Amino acid sequence: MASLAVPKPPARTRRSLGGGVGPIGLGVATLWLSLIVLLPLAAVLTKSLEGGLGGFWDAISAPSARYALLLTTAISALVALINVVTGTLIAWVLVRDDFRGKSLVNAIIDLPFALPTIVASIVLLSLYGPRSPVGIHLYATKPAVILALAFVTLPFVVRSVQPVLMEVDREAEQAAASLGASGWTTFRRIILPALYPALLGGAGLAFARAIGEFGSVVLIGGGIPRDTEVASQYIAKQIETDRPASAAAVSVALLLISFAVLFAIRWFTKRKDVG
Amino acid sequence: MSTRIALRSVALTYLGVLVVVPLAMIFYRTFEDGFVAFFESVTTPAAISAISLSLTIVAIVVPLNVVFGLVTALALARGNFPGKGLLQAVVDLPFAVSPVIVGVALILFWGNDGWLGGAFPVIFSLPGMVLATVFVTLPFVVREVEPVLREIGTEQEEAASTLGASRWQTFWRITLPAIRVGVGYGVVLTVARSLGEFGALTVVAGGVAGESQTLTLLVHARYIDDHNTFGAYSAATVLMGLALVTLVLMTLLERRREA
Amino acid sequence: MITVTNVSKRFGDFTALDDVSLEVPDGSLTALLGPSGSGKSTLLRIIGGLEFADSGSVVIHGEDVTGVVPQKRGIGFVFQHYAAFKHMTVHDNVGFGLKIRKTPKERIDERVNELLKIVGLGGFAKRYPSQLSGGQRQRMALARALAVEPRVLLLDEPFGALDAKVRAELREWLRRLHEEVHVTTLLVTHDQEEALSIADNIAVMDNAHIEQVGGPRELYDRPANSFVMGFLGPVAQVDDTLVRPHDISLLSRPEGDAREAQVTRVSHLGFEVRVELQLGDGQPVFAQLTRTEAAQLELSAGDIVWLALTGDRDARLVSEDDRLDAVA
Ligand SMILES: Nc1ncnc2c1ncn2[C@@H]1O[C@H](COP(=O)(O)OP(=O)(O)OP(=O)(O)O)[C@@H](O)[C@H]1O
Ligand SMILES: [Mg+2]
Repeated sequence: MASLAVPKPPARTRRSLGGGVGPIGLGVATLWLSLIVLLPLAAVLTKSLEGGLGGFWDAISAPSARYALLLTTAISALVALINVVTGTLIAWVLVRDDFRGKSLVNAIIDLPFALPTIVASIVLLSLYGPRSPVGIHLYATKPAVILALAFVTLPFVVRSVQPVLMEVDREAEQAAASLGASGWTTFRRIILPALYPALLGGAGLAFARAIGEFGSVVLIGGGIPRDTEVASQYIAKQIETDRPASAAAVSVALLLISFAVLFAIRWFTKRKDVG
Repeated sequence: MSTRIALRSVALTYLGVLVVVPLAMIFYRTFEDGFVAFFESVTTPAAISAISLSLTIVAIVVPLNVVFGLVTALALARGNFPGKGLLQAVVDLPFAVSPVIVGVALILFWGNDGWLGGAFPVIFSLPGMVLATVFVTLPFVVREVEPVLREIGTEQEEAASTLGASRWQTFWRITLPAIRVGVGYGVVLTVARSLGEFGALTVVAGGVAGESQTLTLLVHARYIDDHNTFGAYSAATVLMGLALVTLVLMTLLERRREA
Repeated sequence: MITVTNVSKRFGDFTALDDVSLEVPDGSLTALLGPSGSGKSTLLRIIGGLEFADSGSVVIHGEDVTGVVPQKRGIGFVFQHYAAFKHMTVHDNVGFGLKIRKTPKERIDERVNELLKIVGLGGFAKRYPSQLSGGQRQRMALARALAVEPRVLLLDEPFGALDAKVRAELREWLRRLHEEVHVTTLLVTHDQEEALSIADNIAVMDNAHIEQVGGPRELYDRPANSFVMGFLGPVAQVDDTLVRPHDISLLSRPEGDAREAQVTRVSHLGFEVRVELQLGDGQPVFAQLTRTEAAQLELSAGDIVWLALTGDRDARLVSEDDRLDAVA
């Protein structure tokens, strides 16, 4: 048959390579992601290593830099922890409790996602700032930073735990209760293990968000070096004062911390799934 | 029973102290001198220019994100190529990068002393702000659309092709209608995030009033530089109103999606 | 006529089709029958242009379409899961192909209504696919495929997702439809009963190969090998002879070269009686008798009977390997 020698039709390669958009589409997507995301971030990396590893180390171990990095990490971890407790509690109330206005409360959870971070900052400032009507003055204190970060990270744990809680086998719970387990024991022995991956995932996201947060902290935190200045504020200040290498180094350090945490959490949850 | 009430009270108190009461407070502060004062404060030339700049950025960023987001989502959902995992990771990267670092990255890449040696004068002007906003909103459309594409599969598209529809016709008549809710959701998230972007813009935008100042930068400038607390509250209230619209749209779309 | 010549297809290391050739006669309803994973869908999709062969050729009505896109092949394709356009009404689904061809609206309406009547969905034009039952959806999909007047109709397990009763109805309906429109049809199925009941020509596939092609009776009565024999119906083995269990008769006394066997179990399955036996050497065998035959023998477990092979000699095979085990 003459047609035996028909060359592979182009459509075939298109299917396997770029799927619905073909190799051109794939090329466009790659170029777009590179130009917008990858290359600029690569520029940060090279800048941070401009003065070699020594220069990098010097930049991140400058007293204010080191303080900002440690403070940011510690506070972010604390905020993630706060979220684990309050997020589980809120998710529990939303799933298991029933009261008027519950759907409104459910909608409020997403508000911090929808609200610009600078608005979050000013919103908290109006209540807990210098002109506080309730007499709580948190401006330029560490609790203010914690408050701001708790605000913007509110949805993460709630939204990751909520669906799992809906799925938790109520029969297993009732069986445990029928065997005489108290409410708390049932929660700890039956429900908590099921929530574990979701909690870890939500906490990881909250941590990653907190560690890079800027807008919500900028007004209420005060940005006092070696007191309330978080890493992103420090970076912004380095750019303002025209020290890009130092800004790049601290940026890279911050990215490494958040990647390490996200990676560790993915690893833990995967292992948990397997085991 | 009483444990339940106790848990509920604690949860609601937490939300109250953290979210509801502060929000109510800022509303009160904004409108305590009447609506006219608010209106005047958000219609000053600087405010008008900030609002229009914010909307301009949105108007540029949304189509960019939709077009490139759809191309990327299609490649990820339907393609089978080496390095796909890497591409997936790059799409998620903006979620894990601090907005301030985004600004730094753009300066070091596009800026005068950057990789491109300032060949394109984008920093401290509109293109720079657009680039920053595109960076932070890049995952939204992709991440909303990709799972929908996987779920609908390729059968409908294949059916269309056997009925004579070209790739382009299939995309417009079959694929796009099937993913429109996902696209809508991605657009809403993009709009919300674009209007609210602050950190990246403080780094790359000049922040000159009436020129390169977005709504979020205006809030900051009024509060810090002008000590105009009321003006900052008013501008923030405008942003909050926009966020509320976003939230309502999100809820409506969520309902469509579940239907 | 569809002519497939020496088509091979690999997915990575896996060979889905190995040098397959097939002819689908004009106006026939041919079934492509085989177990799951044998490559039926892959072959059908290659004929339809949804997949492309690594080598070999596809000719439809004399035109070589090997490298041609599906849009230009003049085919109608029906998918197992209907592939209904969910956001379009039944009318718009069926009219889609015509709309793409820029047919005038009145002509589309006319043709759609005509087709909907044929497939029995007259009153459903304004509904959406989600408001139809599975069977109705598949009839809509058939109307949609027929609307563009395809040269050949390709159906990939069109009734596979439906329950047994609806499946039987639609099968019958498809056979009648085919008698009316006479479009060359290739139907993929893994259900031998379906193939035997509606097709006038069957190609049996296994493991990336076509094992045998022929009419339903031919395949049943003259299977080319033990796989085909086993896939098309029940098989019993007496020594090394494979035989249909209804070609075994049981006698109450020895006669000719009949073999002695002991009844181990008798099951009454409505119209037939299934008798399980054990030969002298311990080999188990089963036979299918009619109710009358069974009643005459008055069988019960423990009885000794004599077993003889009746029926067409060509319908038997000598067991050549253990491929039968894979089927049983
Ligand atoms: N796109 C693909 N990528 C990799 N392998 C594939 C692909 N399509 C099919 N295969 C493999 O090729 C073999 C034949 O698949 P095919 O779909 O043709 O089988 P089938 O006979 O239609 O089976 P079924 O009755 O289950 O539909 C299967 O083992 C399948 O896993
Ligand atoms: Mg198949």
